[in-house]
Amino acid sequence: MSLEVRINHRLGGFALAAEFSTGGRVTALFGPSGAGKSSIVRAVAGLLRPDEGRIAVDGAVLVDTAAHLFVRAEQRRVAVVFQDARLFPHMSVQQNLLFGWRRSSAKADASTIARVVDLLALGGLLHRSPRRLSGGEKSRVALGRALLSSPAMLLLDEPLAALDAARRNEILPYLETLARQTQLPMLYVSHSVEEVARLADSVVVIDNGRIRAQGSVFDLLTDVDQIAGVPPLGAVIEATVAEHRGDGLTRLSFDGGSLFVRRLAQAAGGRLRVRLRAEDIMLACEEPRAISANNVLTSMVDAIRRHGDDVDVQLRCGGTRLVARITHASQERLGLEPGRAVFAIVKSVTVER
Amino acid sequence: MTDFLTSAEAEALRLSLLVSGTAVLCALPLAFLVALGLARTRFAGKAVVDGIVHLPLVLPPVAVGYLLLVVFGARGSIGAWLDLHLGIRLVFSWTGAALASALITFPLQVRAIRLSLEGGDEALGEAARTLGAGRLDRLFNITVPLALPGILSGILTAFAASLGEFGAIITFVSNIPGETQTLPLAIYAALQAPGGEVEAARLCALSVILALVVMTAGEAARRAAARP
Repeated sequence: MSLEVRINHRLGGFALAAEFSTGGRVTALFGPSGAGKSSIVRAVAGLLRPDEGRIAVDGAVLVDTAAHLFVRAEQRRVAVVFQDARLFPHMSVQQNLLFGWRRSSAKADASTIARVVDLLALGGLLHRSPRRLSGGEKSRVALGRALLSSPAMLLLDEPLAALDAARRNEILPYLETLARQTQLPMLYVSHSVEEVARLADSVVVIDNGRIRAQGSVFDLLTDVDQIAGVPPLGAVIEATVAEHRGDGLTRLSFDGGSLFVRRLAQAAGGRLRVRLRAEDIMLACEEPRAISANNVLTSMVDAIRRHGDDVDVQLRCGGTRLVARITHASQERLGLEPGRAVFAIVKSVTVER
Repeated sequence: MTDFLTSAEAEALRLSLLVSGTAVLCALPLAFLVALGLARTRFAGKAVVDGIVHLPLVLPPVAVGYLLLVVFGARGSIGAWLDLHLGIRLVFSWTGAALASALITFPLQVRAIRLSLEGGDEALGEAARTLGAGRLDRLFNITVPLALPGILSGILTAFAASLGEFGAIITFVSNIPGETQTLPLAIYAALQAPGGEVEAARLCALSVILALVVMTAGEAARRAAARP
């Protein structure tokens, strides 16, 4: 799948001038509130007609102002999961789920309906009214409704932003399953690093109506200059469960070494993502011997970026990028410079999925 | 019914229901379109259109009846044409009474429907578009069902108001028993006749009962429609 977007659009005093293309299956559109993320989603969905620009999904041109081409939203096969779910209140959950399905030309068969209902655990809700659903249930129904319309692409416009932390953790696993199991290309809008780290393959960073950076999730989240300063900074690593050891730890292997974490439920051979926050990494120039941390990774300093009294030290550990945030004073004392070999002491590892 | 009512009373009741029902149902599609236009679009001169739509509400009904006579009367521009080409005569006919009622109660329908459309969420229409629903599809499956309580309330209010219409009807189509004499006109006729007070009181009681039935039924229908 490929998504090409070029938009120049003026909304009141706000100017959106964004151009990016992505081939990733799950692309995160990432940036602070008011950056223009939702406008891009609306333009791709056909709900906003850009002043100037071109939008194509898989080579099919949806908007080309130069050619006076604008495919209407209802003919695009681009489904949207809105932040506020937008379920139809006068229909049952089942009628909501089938709304797009009935209108889709590439109609999914009955087994697909059963699979989506199963995947999102909607079986018990089918005859309920949307008015009687919790926030998390509404999100799941909205997701199911979008999936069943057999879209060529799925846009998720901050689907978790309106939920509290507990509900968010209820929905995230469904989104992860979706991201892993289906081949449906997705554009996931978020201002949360956690969500992006868990779900996305590639990231497009937007700030104040401009694209700031784009690239793989593994590279981009280690560079504070590129993610527009949105905290918390940290590396995302894809790892394989190598072995469950007798001492209560699970060893994960990744391109650059091994990580030891508290025993995990996943079977050996399973793949997962872990995140190492910049604040959770200490640096040492000599190999620390007697130390409580389970993880010490041999790395090389790649680049150093200064932010006031702090510095972000970007590291390369095998083929993996890491980032550590230390004080400028520590950097001076250790004499850290690009090319220098260091030991990264990892204080904690967050297993994302 | 005939046990309780004289044939003249039954005839007035029948005409009232016929005239009001025809007036409200015939005006409904146009009232819905006007309400949709006023609620969903922005155009220059919208305030003028809004004002014209509400004019029958503030004009004296007698003036409306007179204007109808000028336009739809036997020598009126449209009236003469209708008579000549289609053989339709509105003057002195119950259809003329229905037209007068429809015109007077039109703004009541538009207001109620417009309010419910403005309360209705345009965001839902956007969601429907991304799921493949075209313009008419959205109108019939999203907009109308969501506006149903407002539509019912508009029908009810207009019907109830139409039952009481007097000035426009008597001016436009006169007071003809069995043709244009609805309940209010029958009450007026009874009061004009010597010793007609008892008859007027009976007709008055009938009007009260009818109004209560309409209001109660309408409210029940509106609640049922508002329930998910």
